[in-house]
Amino acid sequence: MPRADLTIIGAGPAGMAAAAEAAGAGLNVLLLDEQPTPGGQVYRNVDEAAARRGKILGRDFTRGRALTGALNHPRITHVAQASVWSVEGTNVAYTAPDGAREVVSDHVLIATGALERAMPMPGWTLPGVMTAGAAQIMLKQSGIAVREAVLVGSGPLLYLVAVQLLRAGCPPRALVETQTRGDMRHALTHWRAALRGWRYLQRGAAMLNELRNAGVRRHVGARDLALLGSRRVEAVHFSCGGDLHELPAETVLLHHGVVPNVQATRALGLAHRWAPRQHAFVPVLDRWGLGAQPGIWGAGDGAGIGGARVAELSGRIAGLGIAHEMGALSEAERDRRAAPLLSARAVEMSIRPFLDRAFPPYAAALVPADAVTVCRCEEVSAGEIRRAAEQGCAGPNQAKAFTRAGMGRCQGRFCGLSVTGILAEMQGRDPGEIGYFRARPPLRPVTLGEVAALHDPDDPLVQAGPHG
Amino acid sequence: MKPDLRFELLDKDAPRVTVRFAGQAYDVPEGANLAAALLAAGVDAFRQTAHRGVGRAPFCMMGACFDCLVEVDGVSRQACLMQVAPGLDIRPARQLREGPYAAR
Ligand code: FES
Repeated sequence: MPRADLTIIGAGPAGMAAAAEAAGAGLNVLLLDEQPTPGGQVYRNVDEAAARRGKILGRDFTRGRALTGALNHPRITHVAQASVWSVEGTNVAYTAPDGAREVVSDHVLIATGALERAMPMPGWTLPGVMTAGAAQIMLKQSGIAVREAVLVGSGPLLYLVAVQLLRAGCPPRALVETQTRGDMRHALTHWRAALRGWRYLQRGAAMLNELRNAGVRRHVGARDLALLGSRRVEAVHFSCGGDLHELPAETVLLHHGVVPNVQATRALGLAHRWAPRQHAFVPVLDRWGLGAQPGIWGAGDGAGIGGARVAELSGRIAGLGIAHEMGALSEAERDRRAAPLLSARAVEMSIRPFLDRAFPPYAAALVPADAVTVCRCEEVSAGEIRRAAEQGCAGPNQAKAFTRAGMGRCQGRFCGLSVTGILAEMQGRDPGEIGYFRARPPLRPVTLGEVAALHDPDDPLVQAGPHG
Repeated sequence: MKPDLRFELLDKDAPRVTVRFAGQAYDVPEGANLAAALLAAGVDAFRQTAHRGVGRAPFCMMGACFDCLVEVDGVSRQACLMQVAPGLDIRPARQLREGPYAAR
């Protein structure tokens, strides 16, 4: 079986930074990623896209080239289009274009990033409805811009995608924003945090200016959202300031924040805690990113939402921590190198309370109405979850067995928090007490052929034995 | 809006190749993300749901939602994790309720 000192899952900012740091300290690093090129979602396809569309995507995007460039190191092996389907302890099984493999390493770093928070509302499963992140990925990876988009939800990413589409020559038709002016007033009680994040505020104000000058209409404080259409989306319905609106729309882009992708950390059995401000579960890790299991580490948005810069810093910090555990760095040297990173991370994180309050998730999508589909895969509605709860399903796993919510191919990635939220509301309990779906391997659908390939006696990698 | 007007292709001179989806031929940019390319070419429904039988199209573009599921050479795959290659013969994913771990 092939070996590495450190296997990293996910080549976003956290995974790339950790790889560079660990390799720099002398470790052999295997970096596994699903995409054809490194970058994660935030720096998707950055090497090519920065050159072709750098002006549209902006400097916060093109800076990712420094991270991809650092992967060009003799001790880093980056495997592209590798789909990891099992992590058991520090054994990782994945399928790459050339077949299935299992790798043993001393340490595993989970850097699988964030998912966009599901935004269940009537009509959100219709073709023509995507996440705002999806539209941004199309722009970065494929140079395809959505025309006349209607962006729905809240948060800085909503503005960023709107501005990028505008610069690409495709001004959005409108922004339908679910946060209220009251949310901003409330957030300003954290004005110290806001000040520390001055750079972000300035950039946010500039983006709003750009949209205003282009005549893009913003509806702030929208409620009662519904996406209308029969075979595909045709209109966005909402109320705002006492008026009812119905905007025609061919493409609707949803976004109300991101949440850690905890599929792998859950499957590993790490403890998770409810983070009330983030409205999500996060794995319990120490400040270096080490979990309660030996050799299992986490960094980046998957370890708690902080954005691209925090992800990069926490990747470096974890890389140093792992190098120390492997004996490649003395404790004093680790601490010396980590000190500026730890304090930079603390500064970056200090703006989060402001952002989280200024752009809270759309409340009606956290506990959707009965008729709304929450599990996209198995087409289970919020009402079905509530009926199951009334019949005695106290926890998410029982509700899953009863309704099939979370049993589909996405394995609950998009309905898990909805199910927890609905049960918590019904029982008047904290989501942390309700808990979350158990995750079991395989982490993604896998064929028997792929599993069998690991035991192929003709496979030279397997033949070489555990120390090969 | 006509389907092909919903998206703007920024790299207009990218070389194009032909792929088939549900038997129909589409000219799409070579090497582009398959899900994005089919969307921009006007494909509305990539798969049909098992229960209600309604169409679905790519939602997340990052391999998480499985709504872009298609069948290529008899294997179910996520179109958003594939690249356009000449001659791909793609079908909408079969409407099977098979759970996440099914193997073929
Ligand atoms: S679009 Fe979500 S998995 Fe492909």
